[in-house]
Amino acid sequence: MDRPIRVLVAKPGLDGHDRGAKVIARALRDAGMEVIYTGLRQTPEQIVSAAIQEDVECIAMSILSGAHNTLLPKVVEILQKEGVDDILVLGGGVIPDEDIPFLKEKGIKEIFTPGTPTSKTIEFIRNNIKR
Amino acid sequence: MVLKEKLDQIKETYIAYEEKVGESLKKRPERKETFESGSGEIVNRLYTPLNIENFDYEKDLGMPGSFPYTRGVQPNMYRGRLWTMRMYAGFATAEESNKRYKFLIEQGSMGLSVAFDLPTQIGYDSDHPLAEGEVGKVGVAIDSLADMEILFDGIPLDKVSTSMTINAPASVLLAMYIAVAEKQGVTPEKLRGTIQNDILKEYIARGTYIFPTEASMRLITNIFEYCSKEVPQWNTISISGYHIREAGSTAAQEVGFTLADGIAYVEAAINAGLDVDTFAPRLSFFFNAHNDILEEVSKFRAARRLWAKIMKERFNAKKPKSMQLKFHTQTGGSTLTAQQPENNIVRVAIQTLAAVLGGTQSLHTNSKDEALALPTEESVRTALRTQQIVAYESGAADTVDPLAGSYFIEAKTKEIEEEAMEYIRKIDEIGGAPRAIDNGYIQQEIMDAAYNYQRDIENGKRIIVGMNKFQTKEEPPKGLLRVDPIVGELQKKKLKDLRARRDNELIKERLENLRKACEGNDNLMPYILDAVRVYATLGEICGVMRKVFGEYQQSIQL
Repeated sequence: MDRPIRVLVAKPGLDGHDRGAKVIARALRDAGMEVIYTGLRQTPEQIVSAAIQEDVECIAMSILSGAHNTLLPKVVEILQKEGVDDILVLGGGVIPDEDIPFLKEKGIKEIFTPGTPTSKTIEFIRNNIKR
Repeated sequence: MVLKEKLDQIKETYIAYEEKVGESLKKRPERKETFESGSGEIVNRLYTPLNIENFDYEKDLGMPGSFPYTRGVQPNMYRGRLWTMRMYAGFATAEESNKRYKFLIEQGSMGLSVAFDLPTQIGYDSDHPLAEGEVGKVGVAIDSLADMEILFDGIPLDKVSTSMTINAPASVLLAMYIAVAEKQGVTPEKLRGTIQNDILKEYIARGTYIFPTEASMRLITNIFEYCSKEVPQWNTISISGYHIREAGSTAAQEVGFTLADGIAYVEAAINAGLDVDTFAPRLSFFFNAHNDILEEVSKFRAARRLWAKIMKERFNAKKPKSMQLKFHTQTGGSTLTAQQPENNIVRVAIQTLAAVLGGTQSLHTNSKDEALALPTEESVRTALRTQQIVAYESGAADTVDPLAGSYFIEAKTKEIEEEAMEYIRKIDEIGGAPRAIDNGYIQQEIMDAAYNYQRDIENGKRIIVGMNKFQTKEEPPKGLLRVDPIVGELQKKKLKDLRARRDNELIKERLENLRKACEGNDNLMPYILDAVRVYATLGEICGVMRKVFGEYQQSIQL
């Protein structure tokens, strides 16, 4: 049997809205994945270092503060600097549609906006991790 | 109370009714096997006097303005004065937000409500590395008294009441407000307003904590004490269920956990040597209004009755004002959908009606675009107009507590009160709200409810119009409000200029005085005020306190 997919659910930036992050974390876990949740107020550096240390295949970041254009690309940048290219990076939260092309261009593979069923995220992770 | 023989008679006709319905169900079943409220509580087909058998008007309701205040805290409620229409606003710089406040006052808003950006809420200046990308995003950036002077420029502070959503650094922002008033020639005893100042729900649900529990509780009681003498019309805390509900709790959990927090603040103040009747009249509450209008109205009534009993029986409060639960309401942000945002206007109207029928003292109505971004001026206007339509056209404000006596409402009010009391009992057993937060009990309960809610949406048990049913193909929304990224740079430059022109020696001295006071037992408010007056920044003041008090470590539950 395949080993379970390991996912880091992370809250970059200063906002404290963690309902989405926690719901997604629990849904991924119920779908058989191993989930590590960082808690609030993580810097991009902290997120990358946790991801490497925990040897995850996916980083799923939830952000509702509006700082996504600054913080999400930074995580990808630091991953590249560390020479990591096999981690799937995802974002979710209150993110306007018009910001999505920019974020994808910066290496965030997919953005999940409010109202997305958790099943859609689960399926996306299964189909897109690098194995 | 209904007479015994009457009840027996009703019981008979009720049994006959159920039989009759049972027959017809064989041919035409109901839409669902069981019906549930917004919070997932079973809702019966019919409510009759049998559901409120022990109902006692005098004991359970009484007259509005009288114990236990179930029907409202004022005798004539909105016939005297409408609730305060208070729109939460703030973004970008103090200059931009000042413009929005003037717009809101011009449109008939009756009180201000300040939203601060996250660095301000967590006690960092705009040039702190962690503030990167966050400056001015979810509220206005305030670094020093200089920003606060601009924020309230041309707004007479003896005429408006101002609510500030600020918690961990509430003492600092309140000090800045007092200092701006001084400059306008307004003395502190004339100031009216509220600071949120509710740290326990930050640990539970909202996340903008700084200091550990003990230091935070000290700051809060320092504010209670200082204001009772110097700023007597100020509401020193807004004990908030709003964010607990947004985090996914049920209606009964919202009441139970919020009042448990309230009990912890009252106990802390009493332990600090304050007399309950000196500070309790200035406690205020903040609740959510979701879509299940009947459940929400019952919730507000249950909260009022339960708090009155707690203050009277548990804390021996004597003043009526100490027992009256006054509250602000905000419509439920998490009920809004990013899909078909126009539908949100209807949701907000229902929630507005719930808050008004529930007897709120003030209300913020969300704008239709808030699942997508900060609201535009146009959508804020519609949200404010929604309140005005309920106030002037619906008739709901013209008689007091009009739903009282409904079999369903009274049964539901009792049910929520009992369920909330059960949570309070459990929290008492654990050793009070701060401990029930530290061990994760409260967060876990909320998380379970949030996860159930999400599952109900995904399996179609719960219908959200436009989201999991009645979807349409949509174009991405246009014209959303965007905060110019230049705001961060602007604030940094303002700070640099400020640090160059102020008396830095004097600031060093005042900050050192504050540090010593933090290590001792003095009330910290006068020291903070002294530092604020000479333009010490928020980050510098909180930095001193961080060094002495340390920082809170979150307990993580999944």
